[in-house]
Amino acid sequence: MLLQVDKATTSKFLLRRRTTSEKLVDISFKNFVVTMASMVAIILFSIFAVVYYESTESISRYGLRFLFSSAWNPVTDEYGAFTAIYGTLFTSIASLLIAIPLGVGTAIFITENIIPKYIRDLIGIMVELLAAIPSVVLGLWAVFIMEPFIRPFLNMVHEIFGFIPFFGTEPLGAGMMPAILILVVMILPIITSISKDSLNQVPSNLRQAAYGIGATRWTTIFKVIIPAAISGITGGVLLALGRAMGETMAVTMIIGNSNNFSWSIFAPSYTISSMLANQFGEADGSQVSSLMYAALILMILTLMVNVFAQWIVKKLSLKYQ
Amino acid sequence: MINKISHNKKNFKNDSSISVSLDNVSIKYGNSVAVKNVFCDIKKNQVTSFIGPSGCGKSTVIRAINRMNDLIEGCELSGSVIFEGTDIYAKDIDPVEVRRRIGMVFQQPNPFPKSIYENIAFGARVNGFTGNMDQLVEESLIKAAVWDECKDKLNESGYSLSGGQQQRLCIARTIAIEPDVILMDEPCSALDPLSTLKVEETIHELKRNFTIIIVTHNMQQANRVSDYTAFFNTEKDGKDPGGKVGFLVEFSKTKNMFNSPKQKSTQDYISGKFG
Amino acid sequence: MDYNSKKALTYNPSLTRNIGNKALTIISALFAIISVLPLILVISYVLIKGGSYINFETLILEPEPPGDDLLSAGGIGPAITGTFIMTFIASIISIPVGVGGGIYLAEYSKSGRFAKFVRFGSNVLAGVPSIIAGVFIYAIIVSTKILFGSMFSGIAGGISLSILMLPTIIKTTDEALKLVPDNLRKAALGIGASKFTMICNVTLPAAFSSISTGIILGLARAAGETAPLIFTALFSRYYITSFDDLFYEMGSLSVLIYNFALEPYESQNQLAWAASFILVVILLSLNILSRWINRLDAFSKNKV
Repeated sequence: MLLQVDKATTSKFLLRRRTTSEKLVDISFKNFVVTMASMVAIILFSIFAVVYYESTESISRYGLRFLFSSAWNPVTDEYGAFTAIYGTLFTSIASLLIAIPLGVGTAIFITENIIPKYIRDLIGIMVELLAAIPSVVLGLWAVFIMEPFIRPFLNMVHEIFGFIPFFGTEPLGAGMMPAILILVVMILPIITSISKDSLNQVPSNLRQAAYGIGATRWTTIFKVIIPAAISGITGGVLLALGRAMGETMAVTMIIGNSNNFSWSIFAPSYTISSMLANQFGEADGSQVSSLMYAALILMILTLMVNVFAQWIVKKLSLKYQ
Repeated sequence: MINKISHNKKNFKNDSSISVSLDNVSIKYGNSVAVKNVFCDIKKNQVTSFIGPSGCGKSTVIRAINRMNDLIEGCELSGSVIFEGTDIYAKDIDPVEVRRRIGMVFQQPNPFPKSIYENIAFGARVNGFTGNMDQLVEESLIKAAVWDECKDKLNESGYSLSGGQQQRLCIARTIAIEPDVILMDEPCSALDPLSTLKVEETIHELKRNFTIIIVTHNMQQANRVSDYTAFFNTEKDGKDPGGKVGFLVEFSKTKNMFNSPKQKSTQDYISGKFG
Repeated sequence: MDYNSKKALTYNPSLTRNIGNKALTIISALFAIISVLPLILVISYVLIKGGSYINFETLILEPEPPGDDLLSAGGIGPAITGTFIMTFIASIISIPVGVGGGIYLAEYSKSGRFAKFVRFGSNVLAGVPSIIAGVFIYAIIVSTKILFGSMFSGIAGGISLSILMLPTIIKTTDEALKLVPDNLRKAALGIGASKFTMICNVTLPAAFSSISTGIILGLARAAGETAPLIFTALFSRYYITSFDDLFYEMGSLSVLIYNFALEPYESQNQLAWAASFILVVILLSLNILSRWINRLDAFSKNKV
């Protein structure tokens, strides 16, 4: 019907009526992008499904007992992931406790006008470049440079505070403490850059209001700026926690990979990811299933942290609007 | 009401001087009704302006005429918009084809981040133009009264022009695809008075070849450029106590409306008592 | 206090609040220095120590089996090509999926339920530990021998890397397209362009530089990853010589560093340092390239 009333000009515009091929391209493109978007969902679901399916044997055999036993013996076929779970949680939380003040402090330093802007920008870029260095290179550096350097200091701590179980064993190289320190290096850029972004987003009139009533710089920072940026900072800290729990290579190279449980932070230990990296290639039979069970636990832990991070960012930022 | 609709349709079929006919159009955003029960026949090769206070739904209605409202999620239309005998909201209608016949100029000048030449050629190419492109670009820019200002810099970015020139470039871009109807949604609201005057002159020129519908918040402008005027107003929404619903108060020749409005609220509005 | 005297307004360094302020400023500066220190130390060790082992032979030779020859360990040539090949495989999978998915999120369903879920899912996927991607690919490709009976292979390695690249690309595409002003979309649709034409000719070009930045950062992340490769691509000391070799074990810089760092032989350790040098140089240049593209883009946008 539209065609009949077309003007004489129609001849100049061949596509005034859309051709079937043009419509086909349009529709197939839409179908293509929908499929691509679904891939994310499919991959995520299949990762969970595959890891769960592969670990069913171990789950039905050990149940929750797996979480509290530190037996790991391929010869007798007895497995428990307590040491690895404890190691994962302990190393990641300890590194977080060190990295939070450092990262947030750095972020404050480079968002305040204490020193000239180009130096602050340079520091910001350098911290972000630190995130670009691959884990395995940091591991190499930790094994050959950092660990030999800090060992005398750790030894000193051991000699003075050796009566406390946490420092109870002699540092002999690889162990939990160097792993914690290298994790600090790895998560520092995340905390710093996310905190920096959230601090930068605090509206400048808040700061002016505080200065206007005679608050000092640090009163302003602690009472006004940080509370306003807290949602972003918390989100960054939780993302860093997730990252630290899943971090593999550097930790595997420096933690010593031992399944014997010890309270001492100088003794060799395990994390779930280092256990996977270390054993998965050569494992077979029920050991694979147990490793998959451990992988499932790691996934659930990181998933909880990440979902909580997304939730808290939404929750806290809503509160501030 | 039903009688009115059928009457309207019959009337329309006999009358080839009508380009677009709004037939009991109501538009909702989600649950809130933006505008309701609009009946309006827009004449071919005339300028029709939509005026009214803000929130009266005039922009919503003009966007409905070439289905730009499809882009807004949750926007629903009931009733029908009839363009040259076809209900453009019928199921088998392709909105892309509708927009090729009913072009639109927007509130903010929005040239593509391409050269001035490409800004016009792109639209023509999208519509499968086969003629002489250089000629088309020149003609369109002349018709939009911006040729003199940009003939020496056709290869420069569209952003190198001033706001008023950008808006006339956007008009040229719309003219180039030779639509039947050109919709203009407050085309001068972002422009200075001098540019506004030029755009108005352009509209006068275009009237010979195109049907033009223009939304404006400026009554003098409506008075200057248009042959017909539709006045929209708002009233309290019966269901939603805080909400306002737009509706069409009066639609007549511009001369008549500004000299002897039939409704009290029209009189109040054009004499500046509210809005 | 005498408010009328000039003294009341002069800075008094012994005031508690002034001492506290100064102390906190110094502490934050100290923290900033501590945070930058590791980068400087790691970079200088890698560049100086690693760079000193770089020569022509190191770059092209195949590595020797550890312990065979205590004086020379060969080179890292196959690992360099392996890293490039697997990153390439990862990008030909993840770029179409990531950019396509991002286009869906930004252009077709801004706030639909499915789009929300996909956004949430890609955030979750970004948080999945990289080793899990390796475990996953091991379970569905390596142990099932689904790829024409081959087990550990460069292709499996590339696929596992693509899982890690995907969230970065989908997110940057989504965000870059969302920054394209809606006015441009209206302009294109207003002259009768179809959605496909609009995306290809208007919105994608406008977002191109941000999307390429995201892709480069994704590439950099994939090229440095080790954990997903150690039981999907494993390691190989040999160059690939034919297409079929893609279906066999493949070496990479990162796995070479991991394997050789833990060897007791000095010459292997030196190769690990040399490989670190190459890897860090590649990754830092990719990072600087992405910053440069961003700045160039901001500059050109200000100009027009």
